[in-house]
Amino acid sequence: MKIILEKELFDIKTYITNGGYNAIKKALTMTPQSVIDEVKKSNLRGRGGAGFPTGLKWSFIPKDKSQKYVVCNSDESEPGTFKDREIIHKNPHSIIEGMIIAGYAIGATKGYIYIRGEFVREARIIEKTIYEAKESGYLGKNILNSGFDFDITVVRGAGAYICGEETALLESIEGKQGKPRIKPPFPATKGLFSSPTVINNVETLAAVPYIMIMGGEKYSRIGKEKSSGTKLFSVSGPVNKPGVYEIELGLSFKDFLENYLMGMKDGVKLKAVIVGGSSVPVITADEAMKVNLDYESLSQAGTMLGSGGMIIIGDNQCMVEALYILARFYHHESCGQCTPCREGTGWIYKLLSEILSGKCKEKDIDLLYEIAENMMGRTICPLADALSMPVMSFVKKFRNEFDKHIEGSCEICQR
Amino acid sequence: MLGEKIKKNYKSIVEKFEKKESALISLLYEIQKENNYISDGDISELSSLIDMPYSRIKSVLTFYTMFNQKKTGKYHIQVCRNLSCSMSGARNIINFIKENLKINEHEVSDDGLFSYTTVECLGACGSSPVVMINDTYYENMDEKKLRELIDKLRKE
Ligand SMILES: Cc1cc2nc3c(=O)[nH]c(=O)nc-3n(C[C@H](O)[C@H](O)[C@H](O)COP(=O)(O)O)c2cc1C
Ligand code: SF4
Ligand code: FES
Repeated sequence: MKIILEKELFDIKTYITNGGYNAIKKALTMTPQSVIDEVKKSNLRGRGGAGFPTGLKWSFIPKDKSQKYVVCNSDESEPGTFKDREIIHKNPHSIIEGMIIAGYAIGATKGYIYIRGEFVREARIIEKTIYEAKESGYLGKNILNSGFDFDITVVRGAGAYICGEETALLESIEGKQGKPRIKPPFPATKGLFSSPTVINNVETLAAVPYIMIMGGEKYSRIGKEKSSGTKLFSVSGPVNKPGVYEIELGLSFKDFLENYLMGMKDGVKLKAVIVGGSSVPVITADEAMKVNLDYESLSQAGTMLGSGGMIIIGDNQCMVEALYILARFYHHESCGQCTPCREGTGWIYKLLSEILSGKCKEKDIDLLYEIAENMMGRTICPLADALSMPVMSFVKKFRNEFDKHIEGSCEICQR
Repeated sequence: MLGEKIKKNYKSIVEKFEKKESALISLLYEIQKENNYISDGDISELSSLIDMPYSRIKSVLTFYTMFNQKKTGKYHIQVCRNLSCSMSGARNIINFIKENLKINEHEVSDDGLFSYTTVECLGACGSSPVVMINDTYYENMDEKKLRELIDKLRKE
């Protein structure tokens, strides 16, 4: 079942012909509190990675008359993740409508879309979408004669993964280095320009109009009980049909691989899967064949749904090299504020380059694991954890490949 | 030295934003577009134009990897080398660029046309390997496509 990507609704005309902007009309007849309640009923969880319940997040915003903000996180830079880009290409108005509804619900008159710098074309699409919405009276002053004002500004990033972390993102909008803030205070009380702020992922916001139209109750019955709705998975790696898929949560990975991705490429055997973006623990092929794609099943299997950025790894890819690439990334992207992260990611990267070139001893593999374990949960933001989890799971599940590198007998790297 | 365009347009860029600070990244992009890269002199001039401390602008500039502080080629190629692109042949792309354009990372080719740098995930992994040339993505790249593209850019 598809909701957000059911049809291509690129321009405002097609969007409206297919029921677009009816959700904001409906929302404006309701009280802000009942809009929040509707989203709560849907059990929608944040699609940016952390899976926090969206309705609950909105309800934390103080109910006074002060300035508030809605921020759309369109930074999309977790390796393996490219789903928000697809929404921008195929259904951009759903994002704008979701933001207007969020604004109405929390009492914000101003929204920001923060988009990664490399998405030049996508930023243009969003500007055009905002322009169309404004022309048709869905953005601006006194929307549809309701007395509600809402406007959106686009801010581009400039190449820093860490700006996807919500408080780093706020710093970046404020024209500073994107360094995560110490929490509390949380953005719900002190966010953008020190005002209460809701930050949601593109996909989360794009689901909101559909929830308003069908009702929270009905949306909550799609998928699984604690994993309601549809989710976009962006799939890369040696499968026959990589790409972006919107599926009902709860589909088995086996079914997904065989009937959506059309199996592995000829001559490549499935070895491992990173289900939810590069920062979640890796699972083996055997484990993958037993999981369902939903929050609970994946967490029982020791991993996470994350952003839905699924990286398929075949038997022709060395796991030490794969982890080395991820470690290089996280080391490069660490903002350097916290010692465990700054030093830990650097040390891990260095150890892995040595293991990769066979210049290490067996005890260094244990050391690698220990460093990862020690930097877990001890930092301002979860970027350190985002490397810890891959390191620990790769070492635990593919230890033999690390050993082979120590012995200098990795067949894959020697090919 | 700041170009004429940015001197003329900076006010209208700043005005698009609720707070001047939010315009900083946009302003830096504009300078880079006009001057190819951003020099310390540009930062000084911008600093007095928009009344923002030099150190503040400099700290932002150096934090974000898309700003160049050195001259790049007319066509600046960014090659993704993260996991998905690496699995589908990013290394071949990098080797091809090195051999064909006779440049190393961060160098500019003798004719001033090309430079390249490796980057991390560009958010298009399903059509890897991915390269970005100036503002445009090129997906599902291979050596043949890249050769054709480079030949085409040379003629432009
Ligand atoms: C290092 C790091 C990078 C992140 N990158 C992104 C991102 O690119 N896009 C995104 O939506 N969320 C990202 N997040 C999650 C955000 O901090 C935040 O949880 C999310 O935007 C909340 O929206 P949601 O509740 O709708 O998912 C990142 C988190 C961390 C720690
Ligand atoms: S964990 Fe790393 S990236 Fe996050 S704030 Fe600390 S140093 Fe910066
Ligand atoms: S890994 Fe290259 S685009 Fe994602």
